[in-house]
Amino acid sequence: MKKVKAAIIGSGNIGTDLMYKLQRSDYLELTSMFGIDMKSDGLRRANSAGYRVFTDGIDDFVKRPELADIVFDATSAKAHLRHAQLLKDMGKTVIDLTPAAVGPFVCPAVNFSEHMESQNINMITCGGQATIPIIHAINSVADVSYGEVVATISSSSAGPGTRANIDEFTITTKRGIEEVGGADEGKAIIILNPADPPILMRSTIYCEVKEMNEARIRKEIREMENSVKCYVPGYRLKSDLFFDDNRVTVFVEVKGAGDYFPSYAGNLDIMTAAAKQAGEMVAKRKLGKIDKAVTANDAK
Amino acid sequence: MMRNSTLPLKFTEVCLRDGSHVMSHQFTEKQVYHAVKALDDAGMHYIEVSHGDGLGGSTLQYGRSLTNEMKLIETASGVCKNAKVAVLLIPGIGTVHELKKAHELGASLVRVATHVTEADVSAQHIHMARELGMEVFGFLMMAHSAPVEKLVEQAKLMESYGAQGVYVTDSAGSMLPFEVKNRISALRESLNIEIGFHAHNNLSVAVANTLVAIEEGATRIDGSVRCLGAGAGNTQTEVLIAVLERMGVDTGIDLYKMMDLAEDVIGPMLPSAQEIRKGSLAMGYAGVYSSFLLHAERAGKRFGVDSRDILIELGKRKAVGGQEDLILEVAADLAKSKLEV
Repeated sequence: MKKVKAAIIGSGNIGTDLMYKLQRSDYLELTSMFGIDMKSDGLRRANSAGYRVFTDGIDDFVKRPELADIVFDATSAKAHLRHAQLLKDMGKTVIDLTPAAVGPFVCPAVNFSEHMESQNINMITCGGQATIPIIHAINSVADVSYGEVVATISSSSAGPGTRANIDEFTITTKRGIEEVGGADEGKAIIILNPADPPILMRSTIYCEVKEMNEARIRKEIREMENSVKCYVPGYRLKSDLFFDDNRVTVFVEVKGAGDYFPSYAGNLDIMTAAAKQAGEMVAKRKLGKIDKAVTANDAK
Repeated sequence: MMRNSTLPLKFTEVCLRDGSHVMSHQFTEKQVYHAVKALDDAGMHYIEVSHGDGLGGSTLQYGRSLTNEMKLIETASGVCKNAKVAVLLIPGIGTVHELKKAHELGASLVRVATHVTEADVSAQHIHMARELGMEVFGFLMMAHSAPVEKLVEQAKLMESYGAQGVYVTDSAGSMLPFEVKNRISALRESLNIEIGFHAHNNLSVAVANTLVAIEEGATRIDGSVRCLGAGAGNTQTEVLIAVLERMGVDTGIDLYKMMDLAEDVIGPMLPSAQEIRKGSLAMGYAGVYSSFLLHAERAGKRFGVDSRDILIELGKRKAVGGQEDLILEVAADLAKSKLEV
């Protein structure tokens, strides 16, 4: 089958995990990884997996535009600001895994089709990918006035980039809750837990709704759980839903696929899995296989 | 009293922040006005005002504030003649935006709080506070739960970001005097900045622990009048002031005025007396974050399980501060396993 060529910029945890996921893609052909340190674990692994590896980051890609039509940026928000302009000038489609928020926010199960033509697609945050689909599901039948999420992740899965810029996580996730989830007002909290053995990523979602309808909310949430499961197999609702007056409480757990990170790091897994899903949808469009992706927004 | 520091002691009254938990975050502007006025008049150095979980803590996760904390901060700043208004910021809950706002409204000290092993999430906020010209301290929570070397390593990180001091924060009220001694003395040997101590009275050793901390060289001391703080409260401020006076320490704070405000201003606010009841005792005993108390009691009632079992289970699952959402889940799990037995 014909595939679309893809490249990864950034050889850290996210880039490396994504590499293993793209190996299994039916629509994307990963050709290369662009890092800055040949000694990094990511570049060594990419090299031994048979991909072309480069150590001058984006500048190497600028010299070899033929290596990819779709580029995954797994560097940092700061680096992405520069990358975004270069890649735009080159006419490449970018899937941005940093919280730079240059392109529109995309959650594959919710709003991909609105942005399938976009040249730059932003994947929000791990906490956003885990919780926004549920908020969107509730909002579609009950009108969410306030959506709040609490993401608890194991300390060992939070890299130095996340730690140095933790406000980017809370602020970008809040925006995603509002813009993609549909809540009138959003709030995000992140907690790092150092327990050893490490805890699985867990997220709690609180929604206040204007039109409480328990049965319809339950049904929408279950359907959304299945939609997310299609691309994040370890995604599941944990325990029952709670309904109190105008409030719905949902617990979600994400067990990673264990590609590069251990399975507890569901937060990293859901990010790379969602990016792969978005990349594949772009590839299908480029291959002329779909005119229109079916995501939750289209069904309404 | 012999002290391992020549710096003056500086006290921070936390009842309007830590006490927010006890009040289910329902402080009114009037209460804050009268409390701050009386504390300022008594000579208190710093008065902390924020949601119990710090700036931005007014949420479904922790409980919504009746009055916007920014309004309370503004009110407090307006009343203070000599005292300074402090705020708490827990990265992951609050952001630099709330910090800037609090600073504009008159807060001049911020304590940036992280779990004892996660100091590196505070760099951004410590830098911002320094940039704003605020006084900034690190606040290492659940300090009992990490080995001394880890605590020292994390405190040094905060020092490297620009913190002017680091607190040993016994969030669970679980530390015993010898543990306080080891920690403060290890920090004194490794840091070039001030050391602070924040206690909870869950095991009735808050005053004793604070005395040990002061002897070892801590100079920034937290207390709450009438123990108005999470769990069984903190070191009871007016009691500590009295004890220190007996030991010949000049705190610069008027003991009689503290006694009066404890009786006449704070006393009437208390929902009930801040005694050490079984929930707080269980938290101190099991090393559980003090602000879980009321949440565990509510969840216990809802699911028909003993709140102590919830707290102990939270300890086993190594819950850290801020994980209030786990309480509901643990209570539901315990109720389910009770049915299965």
